[in-house]
Amino acid sequence: MEKIDVVIVGGGLAGLSCAYALASSGMQVIVLERGDFPGSKNVTGGRLYLLPIKKFIGDMLDGAPFERKVVRERWSLLGNTNSLTIDFTSQTFRKENHSYTILRSSFDRWLSEKLMEKGIFVIPKYRVDDLLWENGTVVGIKAGNEEIYAHVVVAADGALSFIAEKAGLKPAMASHNYAVGIKEIIELPESIINDRFNIESDQGCAHLFIGDVTKGMFGGGFLYTNKKSISLGIVVGIQALMERAPSIEAYTLLDSFKERYEIKRLIEGGVISEYSAHLIPEAGFSGLSKLFGNGILVIGDAAGFALNMGITVRGMEFAIASGIIAAETIIKAKEMNDFSHNSLSIYEQKLKETFVIKDLYTYKNIRAFLDNNDIFSLYPKTLPDLVEKIMWFGEEEKKRISKTLWNSLKSSNILNFKRLKHFYSIKDI
Amino acid sequence: MKIEEKLALNAFKNDKESHIRIHQDICRKKCKIRYCLYVCPGHLYSFNEDTNEMVVEFAGCLECGTCKVACKEGAIEWVYPKGDYGVQYRYG
Repeated sequence: MEKIDVVIVGGGLAGLSCAYALASSGMQVIVLERGDFPGSKNVTGGRLYLLPIKKFIGDMLDGAPFERKVVRERWSLLGNTNSLTIDFTSQTFRKENHSYTILRSSFDRWLSEKLMEKGIFVIPKYRVDDLLWENGTVVGIKAGNEEIYAHVVVAADGALSFIAEKAGLKPAMASHNYAVGIKEIIELPESIINDRFNIESDQGCAHLFIGDVTKGMFGGGFLYTNKKSISLGIVVGIQALMERAPSIEAYTLLDSFKERYEIKRLIEGGVISEYSAHLIPEAGFSGLSKLFGNGILVIGDAAGFALNMGITVRGMEFAIASGIIAAETIIKAKEMNDFSHNSLSIYEQKLKETFVIKDLYTYKNIRAFLDNNDIFSLYPKTLPDLVEKIMWFGEEEKKRISKTLWNSLKSSNILNFKRLKHFYSIKDI
Repeated sequence: MKIEEKLALNAFKNDKESHIRIHQDICRKKCKIRYCLYVCPGHLYSFNEDTNEMVVEFAGCLECGTCKVACKEGAIEWVYPKGDYGVQYRYG
């Protein structure tokens, strides 16, 4: 049987970046994508942070179809009937190429076309069903009746990674470790987006919401401006959805979110053009799969490389960097003609020297910190309530602000021992 | 907008054969809560009381896999649709 060098399963950002970094190595590389084209099964919130991946990507993203450069960051705490928002912008963010909103269907497709120009085969409409094994080593893939033998199989098939699972590298998928993102694309004229978000053309806004948006469940809402559309959605923990009493149908969360006063005017007159959903790994460092085996590497979401930092959610830059580092590992392995577990273990060593594992490790305690219902219900409710009291000038005489503050904090029970202890654990994140 | 109308906005290429297999015996015997009914973002699951069967409208599947993750009893056997089928996101 004839072996090619590398089969990459999945044409998302991880798989495509891996292929891109292999393109000039002279190796035979095939990317297999189950959708009609790379990007057609992919969804992001979202935005891509460029600086962490700058030293890895070379010219890979030159000319990429970015939507807007994020220059305005907003976070909102949503109470039941009120909200409190921080609105941040900075000259640095406006000047530097810090982060960009993207739409995956066009972004990934563009990258795959760039790859094909470099002679990499990207085969769409191709679902991989199984792995081929020989003496405990992965030696290729099976799709229907077809078999493709390769020195290395790269599992880049996303959060549900059936390939990493079949390779025995992926931990069982516990509902606690995953969230579901549900999103609408709402089209609006570019000038209206600029006006509503106080930004110029090509500048964008990223807005995260916490609190009433998920009815107290783990998760939040997001809004990202694209050139001529808005990505509006919610993320909710699957375990949280399962445990909530009374239960809520997941899809209704987005509808209620859109009805909020804070959102309604922002999307008014917009035309919904797509409704999507995608799984998100939420376990962080402790949820990573084994990253390599004999003849196989796991990259991107498939490996669990995603990080919910509360203030933002990251995944795509981890996917890109892990894909490129996997490629460097494969190039080394080819030089030594050794594709064993041992040889491919360089991948994990290298990742440990980069932000991919370093950042996940630094924030290893964040999931435990966020595993607290107060963050999604009590705090987002208490702070807007407090501001409401302070800003309200009624018929009665105005009390001292310090008194209002103290009374509110006391009555909200925010200052009890358990909660203060939780606050104190911020030092661990 | 109703959930069915939202799904109708998407580009789907539908297979005749479902990529989601439900083991009805497990649903009937083991599952009390039926998480699939409310975790699915497409609202595609329903329980047919007449036939005593869990039904999934697989043609509108957004392929997120949430039902698979939420089905603690392992009644949902879920694979990706075959190549050339399923949802094709135009924005993503």
